[in-house]
Amino acid sequence: MSGTSLWREAAVVAGKDLRIEARARVALGQILPFGLIVILLFAFALDPDRGVLTRVAPGLFWIAVLLATLLAVGRAFAIETHHNARDGLRMAGLDGGAIFLGKAAAIALQLAVLEVVLGVAVIVMYGVDVHGLGVVLITATAATVGLAATGTLYGVLAAGLRLRETLLPLLLLPVIAPVMLGATRAFEDGLGGVPGDAWPWVGMLGVFAVLYTTIGVMAFGALWEET
Amino acid sequence: MERDELLAPIVRRIVGVLTIVSLVALVLFGLWGAPTDEVQGDAQRVMYLHVPSAWLAYLAFFITASASALFLWRRTRADVWDRVAGASAELGVMFTGLALVLGSIWGRPVWGFWWAWDARLVSTALLFFLFLGYCALRRIPSSDPVGAAKRNAIAALIAFVDVPIVHFSVEWWRTLHQKATVFNPQLNPEIHGVMALTLWIGTIAFTLLYVYLLDRRYRLAVLEHGRADVELAHAIAERTGVKAGVT
Repeated sequence: MSGTSLWREAAVVAGKDLRIEARARVALGQILPFGLIVILLFAFALDPDRGVLTRVAPGLFWIAVLLATLLAVGRAFAIETHHNARDGLRMAGLDGGAIFLGKAAAIALQLAVLEVVLGVAVIVMYGVDVHGLGVVLITATAATVGLAATGTLYGVLAAGLRLRETLLPLLLLPVIAPVMLGATRAFEDGLGGVPGDAWPWVGMLGVFAVLYTTIGVMAFGALWEET
Repeated sequence: MERDELLAPIVRRIVGVLTIVSLVALVLFGLWGAPTDEVQGDAQRVMYLHVPSAWLAYLAFFITASASALFLWRRTRADVWDRVAGASAELGVMFTGLALVLGSIWGRPVWGFWWAWDARLVSTALLFFLFLGYCALRRIPSSDPVGAAKRNAIAALIAFVDVPIVHFSVEWWRTLHQKATVFNPQLNPEIHGVMALTLWIGTIAFTLLYVYLLDRRYRLAVLEHGRADVELAHAIAERTGVKAGVT
């Protein structure tokens, strides 16, 4: 398969998923509010008056994003279960790698929107100052690609299985733990610390994203056909 | 290649006997043979179980990943690799859990606390959950055994790829932010000759135990597979009234 048609097919799949989202508004109407209420609940758990929230804001932000990722991945494969959509997509003759890239891109885009809204909420509600906006944006991009790639990979792995709703978090969370760690540390440096200190973490997030995107392009076809 | 047994009966018997002998030797050396540690006292004796457990955890997951790769490679694809991968992962989770619990029991008297956010501890805990998830995935029954085995093999490799990333990120995290770790050099004095010997006995005993349990778990997987066939044959016989040939 030539490179251009891979990207074109990926764009078709991403467009399909985003069109379904635009019509059903599950991410916007359910996952996004879920993320916001998580942000709100953290303030109940941690005393908002003592500056604890401001200090741990990066970690809380990424926990909320991680939880929302689980829902977004579940949703991305739930839309394939109705009306034999999965078989339709299989018979469309698309390359497995292209389906992976398309679905991952759609998840990444939805996560990006979610992160912007949650980010604004954290800045406003937790009283966070942004010192290095560039570092924050690059960190978020690398982490989002990594989350979307691993999420799509485990999404297809668990898709079609009984118990997938309970299995997916157990499979996915330990694997994306390094993303949580790296993104939180980089955000700490980018928000309140020395932005320059974030680069090793951004590098780690980049390696993670490239690695799992590559594995996804290679393995998705086999998983998509088998399960 | 289809194997009902992993080890030949004679090999299994020898491994079993050697396992018992070396475990008895470990108990004798660990409790009485090795001298009491000057700094840590008798608590240090937990190390004779903890270190071999940790070693076995890594070995077991390495075998799971290797067997999964062999299953995915068409030329070597065989049920034996799928079953070895699953059996080894279960043992790996058991030994990882054992290493964590034993480390905690050792840490309480020596460090003064049950748990520390030490790099090795955190990455071992993550390793435990990584493969616990893999074992949970394997337990889900499937109508398509080959597809499920392929899926499981890919899952094992994806999890295994994460091990170095987890290791290095956690290492960075703990070393960038706290310089002196609980593993300060004073707690690791020169190892006495008999102590080193005891550690070796422990490692050999646990490795033999692993091989023996791997063989038994493999056999159990074969029997589980056979039971499914037998149940299917019975179900067909009940419906049709014809005695199906059970092989």
